[in-house]
Amino acid sequence: MNTLKKYLGIVWIAVAFAIGFYTIQIFGSKLTSDKQEDLVFGIIVFFILLPMIVTGLTIFGWYAITNEYKD
Amino acid sequence: MSDKKTKGIWKVISASSMGTMIEWYDFYIFGSLAVVLSTKFFPTDNPTAAFLSTLATFAAGFVVRPFGALFFGRLGDLIGRKYTFMVTLMLMGGATFAIGCIPSYETIGFAAPVLVLILRLLQGLALGGEYGGAATYVAEHAPKDQKGYWTSWIQTTATVGLFISLMVILVTKTLLSKEAFDDWGWRVPFWVSILMVYVSYLIRKNMDESPVFAKAKQEGKTATNPLKESFGNKYNLKFVLLALFGATMGQGVVWYTGQFYAMNFLKTVQNIDSSQVDMLLGIALILGTPFFVVFGWLSDKIGRKSIMMTGMLLAIFLYRPIYRTMYETTDVKNKIVLKADENVPTGVDEKKGEAYFVTTTEYKDGTIVQKSFTTQIGVGEINKESIKTTVTINNTDRWILILLVFIQVLFVTMVYGPIAAFLVEMFPVKIRYTSMSLPYHVGNGIFGGLLPAISTYFVTNAKDNGNPEFYLEGLWYPIGIAALCFVIGMIYIDRKINTLHD
Repeated sequence: MNTLKKYLGIVWIAVAFAIGFYTIQIFGSKLTSDKQEDLVFGIIVFFILLPMIVTGLTIFGWYAITNEYKD
Repeated sequence: MSDKKTKGIWKVISASSMGTMIEWYDFYIFGSLAVVLSTKFFPTDNPTAAFLSTLATFAAGFVVRPFGALFFGRLGDLIGRKYTFMVTLMLMGGATFAIGCIPSYETIGFAAPVLVLILRLLQGLALGGEYGGAATYVAEHAPKDQKGYWTSWIQTTATVGLFISLMVILVTKTLLSKEAFDDWGWRVPFWVSILMVYVSYLIRKNMDESPVFAKAKQEGKTATNPLKESFGNKYNLKFVLLALFGATMGQGVVWYTGQFYAMNFLKTVQNIDSSQVDMLLGIALILGTPFFVVFGWLSDKIGRKSIMMTGMLLAIFLYRPIYRTMYETTDVKNKIVLKADENVPTGVDEKKGEAYFVTTTEYKDGTIVQKSFTTQIGVGEINKESIKTTVTINNTDRWILILLVFIQVLFVTMVYGPIAAFLVEMFPVKIRYTSMSLPYHVGNGIFGGLLPAISTYFVTNAKDNGNPEFYLEGLWYPIGIAALCFVIGMIYIDRKINTLHD
């Protein structure tokens, strides 16, 4: 189980970057939208939700790789 | 447990729960009245824009919650649980009452939405500080092997708060005419809050500080810088991250799907009459609420993880079939028309130069669909696009929908019932308020709170692209988040985590 926890750390970091990439692809246009509601939505997604997922999941993955979650 | 001890803890539970329930009530009347508020406080040129603006304000109320968790959590770990959640209660009550007093956009222009936004942010801050305090306070009074059971009473407050908000709105709507409610009656639920807050303040005033915190304070073992100790220390930060990605993130989206997305879906995708939705949601919530305590109690016996993860797994696999069945209850393609009264004139607005018409279609199964249309006076041609559709459902469909919402509430009770005890047990006394509040409010406030806006976007986008199952597309967000959380929780959470600070 400890080995699985450790190596899955790489997966979490990869997932963090994949989420970042696809969020930019799907919602990227919102940040340049003329519509006010789209812009607000884009700001919330890009400046609050995305940083939280990407940085949080990356640190989580790194802790897993460095055996912080070892039993 | 002795009778005296049990009596003591019931006093703690009732005083804590009442205050927390009122805070949830305050928080949710805003969401429950989103449609009315959008017409009062945001430019009405485009109803969708107005509605999305309200959702954004709603999100703002959620986004700010983690900041409230940090600010009040720090205070709670420094000066104590009791005084901190007294402050949050007063802040919430004041902000809610003030929202009910703000003149509409038509009267004071852009100052109206700005004031609403500021007060909504204050509500979010207060809620961010309240929940962690109440959960910690109750858990620190509860016996070691019964924390799940006793804290589950606090867990019922969010649903009870939502239920009471729906009931107060329903009673106000029933007592007033439609015009009076739209004109000023919507303010009543906001005003009612101040009375409830006052009663709760009187009860909480006489409570003692948490014994565990009082002991730590007496021994000089409280934190000097709870924020640094919680998040600057790798040992604690790893648990904060695990709590977020392995538990609260999934719990947050399951909670908001079961209670808020379901309500939005019934009202805006299925167009069911708003009073019928409030009633059926209310019944599902009443039936489901006792299960918070059942699963909290069960978590003391078989562990918190297994219950929370089962709830998440069921939600992941059953959301799409549930929502498909919900949609089919009002899908008129499957129904036989009994009679239709087309384009019946209902009124004229001289100022706007518009005339209104309604087409009422009755179906064999008792479903009634009313579509409102408009036209410019003198033009004669009635717009083909309906400006509003209202579906009145029959009794059988009502019970089917109650059952389907109830099943979703059951998922909510599984993931939410044990989570307060789970979080409290993860962190040591001196940084408990701060450390447990942040992942809880990030999970619920940000991942859960943004669900209506993100899911509405997916639905709208799919509809614009002609996807025949557009109404299911909004579910990908909660399903994806819950699936990620499930995998992380299953692999990384072990039983030892919850006995680290015994």
